[in-house]
Amino acid sequence: MLDVTKAPAPLVQVRGLKMYFPIYSGLLRRHTGDVKAVDGVSFDIMPGETLGLVGESGCGKSTVGRALLRLYEITDGKVVINGTDIASLAPEALRRARPQMQMVFQDPQASLNPRMTLADIIGEPLDEHTDWDSNRKLARIYELMDAVGLNRRFANRFPHEFSGGQRQRIGIARALALNPRFIVCDEPIAALDVSIQAQVVNLLEDLQDKFGLTYLFISHDLSMVRHIADRVAVMYLGRIAELSPRDALYARPLHPYAEALLSAVPEPDPTLAQTRQRIILQGDVPSPANPPKGCNFCTRCPKVFDLCRQLKPELAEVEPGRFVACHLFSNTTAVGSTDALQAKEHNQQGDNR
Amino acid sequence: MADGAAPVLDVRGLKTVFRTRGGEVHAVNSVSFHLNPGELLGVVGESGSGKSVTMMSLIGLLPSPPADVRAGSVMLGNRDLLKISAEELRNVRGAKVGFVFQDPMTSLNPVFTVGNQIMEPLMRHMGMTKAQAQIRATELLALVGIPDAAARLKSYPHQFSGGMRQRVMIAIALACDPDVLIADEPTTALDVTIQAQILELVKDLRKKLGMAIVWITHDLGVIAGIADRVMVMYGGQVVEQAPVRALFSNPQHPYTRALLKTIPSLTGDRAARLQVIEGQPPILIGAPTACPFRARCPQAFARCESENPDRRSLDGRPVGQGHDVACHWSPRGAHA
Ligand SMILES: Nc1ncnc2c1ncn2[C@@H]1O[C@H](COP(=O)(O)OP(=O)(O)OP(=O)(O)O)[C@@H](O)[C@H]1O
Ligand SMILES: Nc1ncnc2c1ncn2[C@@H]1O[C@H](COP(=O)(O)OP(=O)(O)O)[C@@H](O)[C@H]1O
Ligand code: SF4
Ligand code: SF4
Ligand SMILES: [Mg+2]
Ligand SMILES: [Mg+2]
Repeated sequence: MLDVTKAPAPLVQVRGLKMYFPIYSGLLRRHTGDVKAVDGVSFDIMPGETLGLVGESGCGKSTVGRALLRLYEITDGKVVINGTDIASLAPEALRRARPQMQMVFQDPQASLNPRMTLADIIGEPLDEHTDWDSNRKLARIYELMDAVGLNRRFANRFPHEFSGGQRQRIGIARALALNPRFIVCDEPIAALDVSIQAQVVNLLEDLQDKFGLTYLFISHDLSMVRHIADRVAVMYLGRIAELSPRDALYARPLHPYAEALLSAVPEPDPTLAQTRQRIILQGDVPSPANPPKGCNFCTRCPKVFDLCRQLKPELAEVEPGRFVACHLFSNTTAVGSTDALQAKEHNQQGDNR
Repeated sequence: MADGAAPVLDVRGLKTVFRTRGGEVHAVNSVSFHLNPGELLGVVGESGSGKSVTMMSLIGLLPSPPADVRAGSVMLGNRDLLKISAEELRNVRGAKVGFVFQDPMTSLNPVFTVGNQIMEPLMRHMGMTKAQAQIRATELLALVGIPDAAARLKSYPHQFSGGMRQRVMIAIALACDPDVLIADEPTTALDVTIQAQILELVKDLRKKLGMAIVWITHDLGVIAGIADRVMVMYGGQVVEQAPVRALFSNPQHPYTRALLKTIPSLTGDRAARLQVIEGQPPILIGAPTACPFRARCPQAFARCESENPDRRSLDGRPVGQGHDVACHWSPRGAHA
């Protein structure tokens, strides 16, 4: 699907995205290194598509999401949303671009101001980005509350009076206020009980159908991602290990990390649990301030070989629509990738070395 | 696992209430369960269903006030833990019952080395000398899979990753060779690949040490993989209890049935739309006079409003021994 010659234009194009957080140390607070939270990530998201972004804690998922919305000044790379390079926009142009891209956060409690009423919270983006009068705003607020299944009578209540699932609906209503095209959902259900998660996921899917939304759905719940995503990117230590269509990935993960990750998910089926082969990875994820030379996964990979410790594998199309960063597939790398943009990314990364 | 053997832990009619300004919160309402030697009992339920309060009550870890453990008995061997002195209880906690909590950072002391924290109970409860405790602590760290154990005794908790800290917590809990290990969401804060490591470790330790374990989680996948028997809690009560296979293949309580349907599968058919359990978990103010699930239950009928169902056996075996459920409705049609 990344092949731009055949598919419709992507709504979101990310190329060589890097986000480094500087480390200062010593008495003089000298810049002594960087946390390479995101270290060269490229992907597209098609209009109306849900791209799942999975991986373990600290691998850089949220940082990607925040960088896409330019909540960070990125270190390097391009983020093109709807034809505009967000990463290089001047402040006023960025302000005007903001309404089309929004975010839904993990912790609905922490992301809502406890002193504002529900109507104030949902209407806040309207205050910032429109000059509507209060009647028009209130009409819009009611419309949004209807859309996410919040009773209009709640408009003057405060966030603490609501349950986790309801608070997440408030966050979603606020994200929808300005008719965005693209929403980054950063672990929107992680803080919710299992019985409430399904309610919120169904809502997100309904809203996507109704308003033609495009999602980046960040999660560590691989079962839920299988349910909601069209394609899935698996991240490990700041880089994409595999990016594949959902069914292909879950049926047959190609990258050794994707394979291990999927095999580690406990399935609610006692019979299956006994027969299923699990890959138990040894050790922990290395620090993103000090990633290994060569493949980022080489310290834990069950299939590691010499080359892996020398050279970083690049993400390359190894089967139609399936992108994998692993030397096990590198004979296809040389000839397999016809994607012009992808090839360009390789060059850029080559230049940086 | 043999039913004939006396249980290591036998809890009957446990009731715990919190006195709050809004009224009395009935967090644990007549909870009964037992644990056979060598068995792993899984406890599932959504947050607030009373899993933690149940376990904290039986081992005297709740501050009172606001907590009030009102009724019941907790037999560990032939002692009732609700009747013994605070001093005796402290000894039981260190030596007879091991605890592992969800967040290893809050339960490890940041200012002491890991070695110190493993050696402390060994010296206090087992009467070991410092040198003996050091040897045992090294063995324990190695047992839970920490490489280079002797050197890592000198590390502080913050120098360990989340998964390693949870291993340390397990080492501490195992230090005095307890009869019972209670693990309260021990892997919830961990990544799946690290969770898989810990689950593998626990399976391995069970084989080696044969202790009885209570494993609390809200993840049905985890339960399916490690439990022998499962107890489902809702609204402070046990709503269903069964051997693990029976629970997953033949769930009887409407909550259990709905819960199993609402989680998407990793390998099975992909549903176009997720099944939902409408509504919210109950607020537990006031003594319950009705079924706690009634507001969300598709099967609810008049009796559910007026009478809180008792647990009843589904297979003729005594409640707690086989498959039992607390519900007025029966899937075979006839109202029980
Ligand atoms: N502002 C910051 N300053 C320094 N380091 C940061 C900052 N934000 C994130 N990091 C680091 O960047 C890495 C990636 O963080 P990120 O929050 O993107 O992870 P994540 O994949 O979203 O993890 P989680 O699943 O825990 O939410 C981590 O090592 C994190 O500690
Ligand atoms: N200190 C407290 N004061 C009042 N209510 C409490 C307190 N601790 C727990 N509760 C209540 O007890 C019930 C059970 O909580 P808990 O056992 O922690 O649930 P979980 O099943 O998530 O472990 C909940 O309704 C909770 O709000
Ligand atoms: S490149 Fe090597 S270390 Fe990296 S995932 Fe592939 S086989 Fe494993
Ligand atoms: S007792 Fe009634 S309300 Fe409660 S679970 Fe059974 S049918 Fe539903
Ligand atoms: Mg995150
Ligand atoms: Mg708890």
